[in-house]
Amino acid sequence: MHACGRTAILVGACCFGLDAPVWAQTPASVESLRRSLAATAARIDSLEAGLCPSAPAARVRPSGSANTDSLAATLDRLNRRVDAMRASRCAGPQPAPQPQRSGGYMNIGFVSLTDLGWSTEPDVGSLQLGDHDPAVRGFTLPNSEISLDGAVDPYFKGFSSIVLKLDSNGETGIELEEVYFLTTSLPGNFQVKGGQFFTEFGRQNPQHPHSWAFVDQPLVLNRIFGPEGLRGQGARVSWLAPTSWYTEAMVGVLNSAGGTTFSFRSDESSEIHGGVPTERGVRRVQDLLLVPRVAMSFDLTDTQTLLLGASAAFGPNSSGPGASTRIYGADVYYKWKSDRAQQGFPFVSSQTEVLYRRYDAAERVAADDPAVTLPSELLSDRGVYSQLLWGIKPRWVAGLRGEFAGGDDAAFDSQLRADRFRLSPNLTWYPTEFSKLRLQYNYDHREAIGTDHSVWLQFEFLLGAHASHKF
Amino acid sequence: MKTIARFGLAAATLVALLGAGPPALKKLSIVATTPDLAAIAKAIGGDAVEVKALAKPTEDPHYVDAKPSHIVTLNRADVLIEGGAELELGWLPPLLESTRNGRIAAGSPGRIVASQGIRMLEVPVTFDRSRGDVHPFGNPHFLLDPLNVKIIAGRIADHLAQVDPKAAGLFKANLQAFDATLDAKLAEWQKQLAPYRGARIVTYHQDFVYLAERFGLEVVETLEPKPGIAPSPAHLAKVIGTMKAKNARVILVQPYQNRKTAETVSRQTGAVVLDVGQQPGALKNTDTYFRLMDFMVGTLASAFRAQK
Repeated sequence: MHACGRTAILVGACCFGLDAPVWAQTPASVESLRRSLAATAARIDSLEAGLCPSAPAARVRPSGSANTDSLAATLDRLNRRVDAMRASRCAGPQPAPQPQRSGGYMNIGFVSLTDLGWSTEPDVGSLQLGDHDPAVRGFTLPNSEISLDGAVDPYFKGFSSIVLKLDSNGETGIELEEVYFLTTSLPGNFQVKGGQFFTEFGRQNPQHPHSWAFVDQPLVLNRIFGPEGLRGQGARVSWLAPTSWYTEAMVGVLNSAGGTTFSFRSDESSEIHGGVPTERGVRRVQDLLLVPRVAMSFDLTDTQTLLLGASAAFGPNSSGPGASTRIYGADVYYKWKSDRAQQGFPFVSSQTEVLYRRYDAAERVAADDPAVTLPSELLSDRGVYSQLLWGIKPRWVAGLRGEFAGGDDAAFDSQLRADRFRLSPNLTWYPTEFSKLRLQYNYDHREAIGTDHSVWLQFEFLLGAHASHKF
Repeated sequence: MKTIARFGLAAATLVALLGAGPPALKKLSIVATTPDLAAIAKAIGGDAVEVKALAKPTEDPHYVDAKPSHIVTLNRADVLIEGGAELELGWLPPLLESTRNGRIAAGSPGRIVASQGIRMLEVPVTFDRSRGDVHPFGNPHFLLDPLNVKIIAGRIADHLAQVDPKAAGLFKANLQAFDATLDAKLAEWQKQLAPYRGARIVTYHQDFVYLAERFGLEVVETLEPKPGIAPSPAHLAKVIGTMKAKNARVILVQPYQNRKTAETVSRQTGAVVLDVGQQPGALKNTDTYFRLMDFMVGTLASAFRAQK
């Protein structure tokens, strides 16, 4: 501020010096000097107020008169000093606001998985039952996904995910995996989702294969939700409760038919109930699939978070008219992350899901022998998987998953209900956020079949929109 | 359907039993993504606001967990201040998707994007990830230039006045005081570093370019070969060569960056490793922006002085 003060005194001196002799000069050049002087005084006022003054006015043109020209030169020097102070204090002209995102109105992403490996079971498809699991000895491209999302307008967001995959014969399959809208501005902390989407049951079911921590789908999810997980056409309402910690309650209503509602009105349900599936229409509201869920989360400390969830799914099944299925699940996720995490490492996380299914099977014709009628019976299945991840140092994650699935005895035999145990250690290296290389071993024991060993190497790459991660 | 009804009832009862949260606060609730933005907001908002930062001062602001508790925080916020320029791209969008809070929706007075209006450095000409995780809108670590802070402080005051017009006078007064202190401090910092104009430094990530530009320092190398890419032995050998050739003997490291890498380089070059934090609160006695910069400038000046 001292420098400003000195400048002001100098300008003042100029003013006083101007009065007497300059009136004798040509009026035009004096007028021009007077205007310049006023502009300079304003710039100094602005500096003194802590603001950034405007750019200097045009220089006074030489008039040929020694008096005015020397004053003009003094004024010019003063303006240069003001400029120097302005430059040290003020950034350049403020640019126009930039857009916030690189993708324009829509984020476009593409993610692709390639698996390579070998198993002691020659029919890999009978061992790796998930739709995005490695399917053969050798190479599998189980999931190449085009994802599109963006704000539709101030009220909705839109998402879609189109999956291309190659089957064991190299034939391309395409599916509209997800396409849904999400409301953004409903009152009362409500949110509605509508379209086709992975149902929010438990933790892993809504996740896409590229966010999984292991190469394959957990056994229990495969058995209870089917190879593609639980998803379908419907709507979901969610409510964020006004508690001081995170509590979200939601309920989804979906169509109950199709391969992606495996435990319900699916024509691929023979392996669950041993009979010929019955075609059932939708006669009552109860013939739709209902999926409620409550999730809560607590920050145990600054670096530890716990997320708990309870889910259920109720709907009709295809064993016979009037038959229904109830599925219950609980999930626990825990994560510790260092408070000095570099690129999110180191961390330790643990995720466990337990599922239980009560499948009320109606009296039905056996699938493998039309002469046999299976009695109506309650089929109970259960399973659990628990996985531990350790982010050792930036870009390296070691994982261990243990899982069990099994069902009670019934009037028929099904491999999909027999006891099975699998233990899978793996190691993942992320060269960047946009690629990963994962090596996994599966110790796999199936009751009445025996033990198999498999080793899978998975490579992933991601193009386009930056990866963002839900918790 | 009875089971369903029971499930719903149980859930509702549980939520009701667990309590309906704290009573509404009268103070304006400001959420900033990072502690530096929170510190500026606190200076402008004063007693009329409560400020909370989502990222911890010691953690890498590019990689914050989208924890559910952040959803709750954002749900109740009156104002959200984000760095922008894709600094928080990995974690803010999924949080906002669940937030359901129109007060902080894009374009509303309650949403401030700090990068808007900042003259960004290192804006790439092409978008190409083979050059590393380059931010398409330029380097987002712009708050280490005090003049950028001044621009942002002004915008925060404008927005706060729109959100809470009754306190507009307070925000204006706080802004004037903040700016006056900043002007005086900037002159002081410039004077402290003036003798070392042109001094060469090495950083871990490209996170000190705005500081270097304002105070006339030269970042000759980064320990990362490309933004977000881990240092390789070959690259570090090159860094060591450059440091020796250019006589660069100061390495800046933030709390979340790998100090060991910096120490390895320092052993071979005789350089000093300086622990600095971009975020207020990352190190002791740096809880306001002015204390943070006092510490930063003081640390740099004494390191340069020791080497003269």
